[in-house]
Amino acid sequence: MSEITHQHAENHGEHEHHITPPIVYVIIFATLLVCTGLTVWASFIEMGVFNPIVALAIGVFKATLVVLFFMGVKYSTKLTKLTVGAGIFTFLVLIGMTLSDYISRAWGRW
Amino acid sequence: MSSTIVSLPDQSTARIPKTNFITKENGLLSWLLTGDHKRIAILYLISITFFFFIGGALAGLIRLELLTPQSDLMATDTYNKVFTMHGVVMIFLFLVPSVPATLGNFLIPIMLGAKDLALPKINLLSWYLYVVGGILVLYTMISGGVDTGWTFTTPLSTHYVNTNVMSTGLAVFIAGFSSIFTGLNFIVTIHKMRCPGMTWFRMPLFVWSHYAASILMVLGTPVLAIAIVLVALERTVGIGVFDPTKGGDPLLFQHLFWFYSHPAVYIMILPGMGVISEVISTFSRKRVFGYTAVAFSSVAIAVFGFFVWAHHMFIMGISNYAMLVFSLLTMLVAVPSAIKIFNWTFTLYKGSITFETPMLYAFGFMGLFTIGGLTGVFLGTSGTDIHLTETYFIVAHFHFVMVGGMLMAFLSGIHFWWPKITGRMYPEKISQLAAVVTFIGFNFTFFPQFILGTLGMPRRYAAYPPEFQVLNVFSTAGASILGVGYLLPILYLTWSLKYGEIAGNNPWQATGLEWQIQSPPLTENFTVTPIMDHEAYDYEWLENEKAKEVASVG
Amino acid sequence: MSDSTAIANGAPEAHGITHGHGEHPSYQRHHFESVAQQADATNFAMWLFLLTEIMFFGGLFTAYLIYRNWYYPAFVAASHQLNVWWGTANTGVLISSSFTMAMGVWCAETRRKSGLVLCLVLTFLLGLVFLGIKTIEYSEKIEKHHVPGFHYSVQAFTNPASDPDTYKEYKDQPMPLDMARHTEIYFFLYFAMTGMHALHMIIGIAILGFMILKARTGAYTGGHVTFVENFGLYWHFVDIIWIFLFPLLYLISRHQ
Repeated sequence: MSEITHQHAENHGEHEHHITPPIVYVIIFATLLVCTGLTVWASFIEMGVFNPIVALAIGVFKATLVVLFFMGVKYSTKLTKLTVGAGIFTFLVLIGMTLSDYISRAWGRW
Repeated sequence: MSSTIVSLPDQSTARIPKTNFITKENGLLSWLLTGDHKRIAILYLISITFFFFIGGALAGLIRLELLTPQSDLMATDTYNKVFTMHGVVMIFLFLVPSVPATLGNFLIPIMLGAKDLALPKINLLSWYLYVVGGILVLYTMISGGVDTGWTFTTPLSTHYVNTNVMSTGLAVFIAGFSSIFTGLNFIVTIHKMRCPGMTWFRMPLFVWSHYAASILMVLGTPVLAIAIVLVALERTVGIGVFDPTKGGDPLLFQHLFWFYSHPAVYIMILPGMGVISEVISTFSRKRVFGYTAVAFSSVAIAVFGFFVWAHHMFIMGISNYAMLVFSLLTMLVAVPSAIKIFNWTFTLYKGSITFETPMLYAFGFMGLFTIGGLTGVFLGTSGTDIHLTETYFIVAHFHFVMVGGMLMAFLSGIHFWWPKITGRMYPEKISQLAAVVTFIGFNFTFFPQFILGTLGMPRRYAAYPPEFQVLNVFSTAGASILGVGYLLPILYLTWSLKYGEIAGNNPWQATGLEWQIQSPPLTENFTVTPIMDHEAYDYEWLENEKAKEVASVG
Repeated sequence: MSDSTAIANGAPEAHGITHGHGEHPSYQRHHFESVAQQADATNFAMWLFLLTEIMFFGGLFTAYLIYRNWYYPAFVAASHQLNVWWGTANTGVLISSSFTMAMGVWCAETRRKSGLVLCLVLTFLLGLVFLGIKTIEYSEKIEKHHVPGFHYSVQAFTNPASDPDTYKEYKDQPMPLDMARHTEIYFFLYFAMTGMHALHMIIGIAILGFMILKARTGAYTGGHVTFVENFGLYWHFVDIIWIFLFPLLYLISRHQ
């Protein structure tokens, strides 16, 4: 019986509500601004094929910071993390598999 | 050995419970502003039935035109509009919301032991969005229709037609949000509102299949939305995204469109499969064989369903390598569906089978969906697809899975849960007749179309070579029988609202929380939050409950 | 358990299976068993809604990646037409607004009413600044006839010298006409993606206005922080979209 109520409690979201202290937000904020400056600076440098890679990498890093800390996913339930993962995965399937068609068109018939 | 499992209360003393969700409040506004998931389900049922008959009338027109090889009943342009509207109405306004928005809305909270869905207002909003989408489709039909085919292929839809692409696009966009909100609601409810003891693996399989379909609704439909937005921008502003003269690629539209529309077919069929699980178990008096396999296969269909969309584009200009990959992946996605058919078959094996109407429809589903699914393999194989695509083979394939499969599952579910929703039984004999008539009519209508397709008759053509006429006449004859089969339920179900036998709580002796409460249910479903202490489809538990039941007083 | 967490969790509720009517706060809807369940469910619902938004923008990102791959020179030249400093400023503005929004959620969780109102107002204003800068950028594009479908002009690309400000910075070579025409696809993507983003900003700002009014009455600092938290998720998501739009549209290749 206690098993049922304990699991029931978990269903009902009695996951301890973490409150992020403001100093964390300040640090993340500062990091994001620095990264923005970094990505602008990097775009003025000729790096050939690495330009888009660096730009996307910095973008992904910034987005990860926002998701983990501003949106609180670091302290969230497993379900929330799974949900974010599912969204990113489906997004990547859409882009990746569509692009795979376009890129392989150039490879000729076989 | 009785040939029916129906067990009704004594009709001379039985009454519909005075307090139920229908009698709780009166007046039109109490229905139009309701948050009660059961009332919303009925609102949906009425609206989708309305659109089903519009789609059906359009189908009738198609079959009438195809009686003769010439395009003599209507102009070819008009024929294009008729089949387009048939597709749009049937897919977006009937099939996508059919089981989820009616039976899913009604039953999921009850099956989970909850008082309502997680977001009742969003549920109501979802219905209103559906209605707005439906009205826009009606507007489109009145103002001359659209003739691009329901697939809106570019550049036809963006550059070469002057029909109502915009209003249809807007209608589908809005109806898409209706679908998204329904799916979102289901996912939240299933995760967060199960009653104590209701673990994931004690939920009815009906809930699992809706969970899988809801994932598809939430993740897939937005891509359709953006595809429509881009078509609208292309048509109005001329941005060039799908226009080769400006450097755009028409095929991009198809990638975005089919990224949704392939999962859409799983959105349509998965809830129907959930119904079949419930019905087959009840009418074999046996738990579903391999519960875990059926549950996981539903989710597997949902996940794999996202990886196969380009099999609709084999002849459209995708690269050979993409063809190879997508064809391979399509073979994979057939496996979970087949797993389900095997599991249902093993459920039947050594079960005590009776043939009430829901079971007749379920048998029809199993046979016809299997045929439809197998023909899908021919289409997933890129080599054969080159010959069969855009012919009547495709038309037959999707009608077998959608009409022979999904629509039969919908009717099975409506009949199965009719006593729970209304408190009354439908008349068994005439409904069994209707099921048989539907099955016969369906086969006469669509089986010849497989042959027509392999012989080479293209789809979406009003005129065809005379050697195809015999099969077409067969098909039209079947369609008239099919029409009768679909008309009968409207008549006798309406009749049953007043004159049907009182059903009582559990006319089918079924397991499941919905059968342990009154028919029709109370607005809050349960007076006491249930505690789930047994597995799903536990017929022994049901026997114990019946033994404890007080049948009469004094 | 820190003080702020204790305040936020509130008094634990008796977890009965049946409960009488008067035992739950007024903001708890009847179909929920507890406030915690309601907060959890609505939070999850907002995440699911954000998933739909990811997929919605996903279609545009797909189009972008394909056409950038096909028409790279056109994309480079066209992106030079965007002012990288306005873009950087806007990125800074949005990141700041995300910061103020996160602080606003903290204020709600720790029941600081005036702090919450201040943070929401700052977020609101930063949002308006973003839109203001966007308006300036869009009107520049309109003036130069770089709006697809509305007398689109490729002159700046076939004859870069005709556009002195950009030419000074980037010294682009004149482009053949067919490649120059593909800049229209870049601008379509620019307007579609930033326009869709701006639409989401406008909706967010409108909701912020509503929230500021309610926050002043203390609606969110009495333990019921769900609305603010969930709106915060939406706002951060819109920020993330911009975090990707900025390098993809503005920073394609600024080195010349």
